[in-house]
Amino acid sequence: MNENIDLRKIKKDSVKRELIKKILIYTFLSIWCIIILFPFYWMILTSLKGYAEYNSEYIPKFISLEPTLDNYVTAFTLVSLGRYFLNTLIFTVVTTSLMMVVTTLAAFAFSRLDFKGKNLVFTLVLALMMIPNELVVITNYTTMVNLHLRNTFTGLILPSVTSVFYIYLLKENFEQIPESLYLAAKVDGKSDFEYLVRVMIPIAKPTMVSILILKVIECWNAYVWPRLVTDNPNYYLVSNGIQEIRENGFGRENIPAMMAAVVSISIPLIILFLIFRKQIMTGVSRSGTKG
Amino acid sequence: MATKHKWKAWLYLLPALAFLAFFLVYPLFDVVIYSFEEGYNFVTQTRYGIGLYNYSYVLHDPYFLNAIKNTFIMVIITVPISTGLSLLISLGLSHIKTLRNMYQTIYFLPYVTNTLAVGLVFMILFKPTEYSDGLMNMLIHMFGGETIDFINGPYAAKMFVMCTYIIWIVMPFKILILTSALASVPEQFYDAARIDGASSFMMFRKITLPVISPSLFYLIITGFIGAFKEYSDAVALFGVNLNSAGMNTIVGYVYDMLYGDSGGYPSYASAAAIILFFIILVITLINLGISRKKVHY
Repeated sequence: MNENIDLRKIKKDSVKRELIKKILIYTFLSIWCIIILFPFYWMILTSLKGYAEYNSEYIPKFISLEPTLDNYVTAFTLVSLGRYFLNTLIFTVVTTSLMMVVTTLAAFAFSRLDFKGKNLVFTLVLALMMIPNELVVITNYTTMVNLHLRNTFTGLILPSVTSVFYIYLLKENFEQIPESLYLAAKVDGKSDFEYLVRVMIPIAKPTMVSILILKVIECWNAYVWPRLVTDNPNYYLVSNGIQEIRENGFGRENIPAMMAAVVSISIPLIILFLIFRKQIMTGVSRSGTKG
Repeated sequence: MATKHKWKAWLYLLPALAFLAFFLVYPLFDVVIYSFEEGYNFVTQTRYGIGLYNYSYVLHDPYFLNAIKNTFIMVIITVPISTGLSLLISLGLSHIKTLRNMYQTIYFLPYVTNTLAVGLVFMILFKPTEYSDGLMNMLIHMFGGETIDFINGPYAAKMFVMCTYIIWIVMPFKILILTSALASVPEQFYDAARIDGASSFMMFRKITLPVISPSLFYLIITGFIGAFKEYSDAVALFGVNLNSAGMNTIVGYVYDMLYGDSGGYPSYASAAAIILFFIILVITLINLGISRKKVHY
């Protein structure tokens, strides 16, 4: 009888301990959630406060009593935010498409075709992954200046196209496709290119989508190269645009309008992320480097 | 198979190789040459001679020494804190099931945001407004502290904002990697340990840590490399003129030398970039040396 009570007590204690542990974990994780989300909340909140409302606050307020969309109008009319968006869109679409074509062709050659020196070339290409961007940017900048390609889309796009890592990632993926499919296609009289388009690309689609989205994110957030190669606001991307707004503002320091611009350029990527959450997170955990 | 296919393979490779050769391989050699060309003039494309003058100039430039100091402080503060915090959060995540996906999604958000844009938000959080000292100072007042000017004030305050932002922005990646590493620890290991009566701490030290050690060291190595290349986040907080804010980084110095108000000196920029490359190389080799002793593959 006594033993029974003891057992029940022990069990109760351990359930209790388990519960306390859970509460502690959830509290800790939730605090970190707030730290992550708060800047987003603050930027949306500030973007909805009127200029006068924001500047007359003696104590920063956590809600807005008279939310207004005026700041968004200011952000898109007083500076050419629309133009920066369009430039970024063109830059992102062209760079990403070029990258996909170049990467797919190279990955195909490395994974499926047979030619002399393949392993040597592949090793050399892999070795290029170790070169930090900071080292090559200097020459690329002077090249673009000498070719008079500053303030052009060509100058913006070309050096941003290649990514050794994506060639490697796609090659690994292509290699998992059974060789028998290739031989079958050969028997059917299909050319290499037809095989690539009809068979390999559809099979490797999930990886290709991951690569595509990661490149889009990279392009949307590009800052260093666009800053070097453009000094004409007509060619600014959103990052340079936001920097320009930060330095020169809207004629006066208008923080709510600044935040409206920040919200506008953050939303496209956040939507993209919420749609392709799985592909992005698996892609990143395999890729390893940011930008 | 027919030999005519062999040259076709090169055709598939040609675009990639052309891009790589022109924008990666050639610049790599060129930057080394630049760094040894003394008195190179960007406009006339002439030089006085070959030597180590550029390196000596850069190493004696107070702005560069300041950039080195700033960068090392950022590295020493942000790498351990961000890695440790990420490990704690990932461990927390591995102990729960409900809401786990939601937490993971939220934690990843900073990764997909534009650093220039969100950096501006951080600046606003720390910056005084017309009649108030800003949100962070309000919190400091609540705990009885004095007003601190984070944006134009003392060096330590600026460094605090900088490191806070860097940690905030680099954690998503680390949490993601560590969470998937923790998920790969076989459950039987823990069951066996529990039967033997091991404590949670013992299980962490003897099972979890060895299994995730490759990922952990990978994060430490890439964390060091990333932190040494810190630049955009500093621009986001303190503006383009990092020298006048006293917050320049090594990469910032390279770009300032190349372009901008103090720019037009690709030789100095190259020398600085190569010095940075060697700093990173040495740190990475040290890390690899330590990891060889400690990591269980």
